Amino acid sequence: MIRLIDIHKDYDNGTKALKGVNIRIDDGDFVFLVGPSGSGKSTIIKLITAEIAPTEGRLMVNGYNLNTIRPNQVPCMRRTLGVIFQDFRLIEKKTVYENLTFVMRVAGASPREIKKRIPYVLQLVGLDRKANHCPSELSGGEQQRVAIARALVNNPNVIIADEPTGNLDPQRSLEIMLLLERINELGTTLLVVTHEQALVNRFSKRVVAIENGRIISDGTGGYYHNGKN
Amino acid sequence: MERTNFGYHLSEGWRSIFTHGFMSFAAACMIVACLLIMGCFSLVALNLNRMLDDLERENEFLAYIDESLSEEEARALQSSLESIPNVSSALFVSREEAMTAFMEGREDQPLFRKLPAEVLRHRFCIHVKDIEKIGTTVGIVEQVGGIADVRAELKIARGFVTLRNIAGAVALVLITILLIISLFIIANTIKLTTFSRREEISIMKMCGATNWFIRWPFVFEGMILGLVGAFLAFFLQWGIYALIQNAITRSGEISIITLIPFSSMAGRVLKTFAATGFVIGTGGSLLAIRRFLQV
Repeated sequence: MIRLIDIHKDYDNGTKALKGVNIRIDDGDFVFLVGPSGSGKSTIIKLITAEIAPTEGRLMVNGYNLNTIRPNQVPCMRRTLGVIFQDFRLIEKKTVYENLTFVMRVAGASPREIKKRIPYVLQLVGLDRKANHCPSELSGGEQQRVAIARALVNNPNVIIADEPTGNLDPQRSLEIMLLLERINELGTTLLVVTHEQALVNRFSKRVVAIENGRIISDGTGGYYHNGKN
Repeated sequence: MERTNFGYHLSEGWRSIFTHGFMSFAAACMIVACLLIMGCFSLVALNLNRMLDDLERENEFLAYIDESLSEEEARALQSSLESIPNVSSALFVSREEAMTAFMEGREDQPLFRKLPAEVLRHRFCIHVKDIEKIGTTVGIVEQVGGIADVRAELKIARGFVTLRNIAGAVALVLITILLIISLFIIANTIKLTTFSRREEISIMKMCGATNWFIRWPFVFEGMILGLVGAFLAFFLQWGIYALIQNAITRSGEISIITLIPFSSMAGRVLKTFAATGFVIGTGGSLLAIRRFLQV
């Protein structure tokens, strides 16, 4: 569960990125966070992943109070999240299998658990035959599926996808979104940040729209931007 | 660190050396170069020190025996002289032996030809353990009954002490400067290798890796590179030393200089190189990675 209560974020350069944001995401939800560039979407992701701290307001993520979290607890909190980035952010010098292994190692998994879990996750994302390939040998869509597998491999409570289709063509984008929907159906909470109106409108999911650091709409069924569908 | 993770971190560190081959090569080369420079200088200092030791051992002073004492009585003073704390040996030289030594090279001079040995006195040739205390030792020897006079070249002795002190201080300062420069260069080289992997580190942090989980492979990598560099530097040092030793032996003019055989120092040099390589490899890695962990 994620809760942002009256969150404000001011950067050192004086930019007021968030101005009193309230969002509640329950377990099992699928939420699109939409808005134009500079609206504050990325700031929300950084707050949830504890890369930055809020200036004001309360922030809870999977039972951790991020206002009072100790630095040594941050890695534990991050292990309850799976993060997918627009630019995939895979380790180029490791194979697909190794990219997943190190994430499981981070969480303290044994070699036996790793051997059992990774083939399952790779099969889930349709990459079971690419385990020994390096990211540079894969297409953009395949790389994003590796990133999804990496986010999924430790069975996190929440997956946060930051513009997961930003670097993909429409067909691959749809495939990725369908895969994320399937993962959500298996019980994982999904927060997908995007500004692709067409893609959001294809799915009948909850959409939280943000603009100029404020939530302007929160409802199911479509991407509302500047008051228009 | 858990035992299961130890093998993982070690293998990650090992593999990383090859996946970042060029940067690893650069770091190892820097370690080799720095150790070689320091090693060469230290060996020169060690040999100079040994030469000074030899020269100091040659330093002696003479204690003349009172003419009223017979040769037997004079010889009997040896035990009292050798019991003086800083005296390493007291060698009795009779007036006849002294005369023979004096006449060497002067056989052609008619003035000395009929000189009787009685014009000279029996004497002791005294070597000291610590040249710095020669003044005090001379004072004590002068107090021994039966010693008429003492002749010591205190200026030369003081000259040796000053030379040794200056050489020691210069060696210490230069080795310290070299060590600091080496550490700086190596830390920067490792920082460069780490900089190229900052993206990798930020991904690990985002996946929930603790700082030590990220550090360990870097530490092992630095440790391996440091040790490999140390072994390479050791064998290169050996080769360079042997070349210089051969060159000195072959040359006519400076063949008087005898260098300490490398084999007698090999163990110490290897241990020093390995310890220095280990410290600068691991220390450099830890220092270099520090700033990239703030994610």
